Amino acid sequence: MDMKRDYYEDIQFLKDHVERFWFAVMLLALAVLPHLVQNFTMYVVNFLAINVIVALGMNILVGYTGQVSLGHAGFMAIGAYGTVLLMTEGGLPFPLAILAAAFIAAGFGFMLGLPALRLEGPYLAIATLGFGLAITQVIGRWSLFGGRMGLSVPAMRLGGWTITGDKAIYYVIIAVTVLLALGARTLMKSRVGRAFQAIRDSDIAAETLGINLAYYKTLSFAVSAFYAGVAGGLIAFALGFINPDQFSFIHSVLFLAMVVVGGLGSTLGSVLGGITVAYLSLKMDVIQELPVLGAVIEAISERFLTVSGMPNAGWVFMGLVLILVVVFEPQGLYGLWLRTKKYWITWPF
Amino acid sequence: MLPQLLASGLSVGSIYALIALAMVLIYKTSEVPNFAQGDMGMVCAFAAYAFLVTYSLPFGWALAATLGVALLLGIVFEFLFIRRAKEPTTLNLIIMTLGFQLMLFGFAGWNWGAEQRHFPFPISDTEAVAIGPVVVSELNLVTLVTALVVMGTLFAFFRFTRLGVAMKATQQNAMAARINGIRTRRILAFTFGISSAIGAVAALLVAPITTLDPTLMWDPLLKGFAAAVLGGMTSLPGAAAGGYLLGLLENLFGAYVSVEFKSVVAFTLIVVVLWFRPSGLFARHYVRKV
Repeated sequence: MDMKRDYYEDIQFLKDHVERFWFAVMLLALAVLPHLVQNFTMYVVNFLAINVIVALGMNILVGYTGQVSLGHAGFMAIGAYGTVLLMTEGGLPFPLAILAAAFIAAGFGFMLGLPALRLEGPYLAIATLGFGLAITQVIGRWSLFGGRMGLSVPAMRLGGWTITGDKAIYYVIIAVTVLLALGARTLMKSRVGRAFQAIRDSDIAAETLGINLAYYKTLSFAVSAFYAGVAGGLIAFALGFINPDQFSFIHSVLFLAMVVVGGLGSTLGSVLGGITVAYLSLKMDVIQELPVLGAVIEAISERFLTVSGMPNAGWVFMGLVLILVVVFEPQGLYGLWLRTKKYWITWPF
Repeated sequence: MLPQLLASGLSVGSIYALIALAMVLIYKTSEVPNFAQGDMGMVCAFAAYAFLVTYSLPFGWALAATLGVALLLGIVFEFLFIRRAKEPTTLNLIIMTLGFQLMLFGFAGWNWGAEQRHFPFPISDTEAVAIGPVVVSELNLVTLVTALVVMGTLFAFFRFTRLGVAMKATQQNAMAARINGIRTRRILAFTFGISSAIGAVAALLVAPITTLDPTLMWDPLLKGFAAAVLGGMTSLPGAAAGGYLLGLLENLFGAYVSVEFKSVVAFTLIVVVLWFRPSGLFARHYVRKV
């Protein structure tokens, strides 16, 4: 199953007509989705798609290159504030603004990649954490960025149309998400992706093979920061306003959780992980609305614990999900998918 | 002005040093930075509050009970979760500690609600004692002394007790320790317990300064982690030194440069230090060979 017999098969985008069929079905489903659901669900879908973009970027860095980053919310902030400021102060049109902001984020990613050349593990985690913290603090204090109140986002204009409303923004966001996901997958199948994986598996051995560690490590940081920057720019329009609290350390932790829960080193995994963790983080506050579990949680709250603190039950649930994934399926949701597929294919043996 | 800054920096640094000690203790044994450290301490602080207020225990008994709770919490954490990880890679274990931290945070908010409480510490935060040119609050003094006492106890523990020597042996070479008959898994659980107890002491020292709510230990945890990295994650005296250094640096920068950006400056300084000493100030830097 999934055996590749030559190099062409390895880099091929879609293997056979079955995969092509399902890919077309997925694109069709994404295209007609707005006509089937209401507006609030559209907002949720937009939010999930944006988090998927960040998860893809994190996956490139953490899953494929083996580095750690606890500061990705900072790159997202750069993308968001950069886009808004370039549009309001710089007068750039939306596509240029978001690209420029993402490239600025990539530049910061490159700068963050430089310490990565010497640091590993918790030391690199602290360096990235400090970066994320610095970005949030600077944005929070500088009046150019609106301080703690944040900025409100202008309307998105694309080629003459003004795009407002969750459904209209959905098309832009989903198009960008699909493009970036395909881009990530193609990148990982290419020479650059193989270099990243070599660095993850053994960077010293990779260097002896002629892979320029400095170049590829900083490139990995820059690409993953680019993804986060694009996501930041999009979330500004999905939400309508941005403030520093949306890009805190907790968000960086959630991004890391997304790639681990989804499965490191797999594009499908980061999509699944991004959707799962983002959905959980969105629904955490209203956990009592879950069909069966909600009633149980309410009962427990009234008997043993406080009812006023019930929204916090969502945190407990999220933490439990993280722990259970690591304990039972270290390869994440993608590992679960693989096992299901194998079981299905090899049944009844 | 300067001695005053130094004194308050040392006091704040004591708390960072305690948290850093707790983190380095676990890191040395199992190579995973324990992000749940802060919230484990926070839950113990809430437990202490329950002992002091709800059950009206005298402070000594409440302290002993809290330390017992902390020990149990650490041991349970290791036994129930860390040990069960199928693939104990560093990233997986980090995610597990993060998950446990979220669980504890949610549990604290769920059980005790979100209102902020005043922690009834017997040592006052406002009454001050003058030592030479410096005025320190009684709480700062107690913080300093407590941290030193804890460090002294740890040092004596590791040096003179069999359990401490066993823990050191497990940290240096787990396989060799097992061969020598040391029950490494039990030692690991106990290490988590001790580090959780140290974290609980740190939380009890933070709680009177700020209000008691579930986000009590978030900021101290990050600073403690940064201090541990600064001092070197594999060196216990380094962790303590890192804590004090970070406290002093923060206060000095806060006074002389800018109050708002003092955390940023502290972190930048740490990154600069790490550039020159990639494993922290006091730890040996091991260069990996293929």
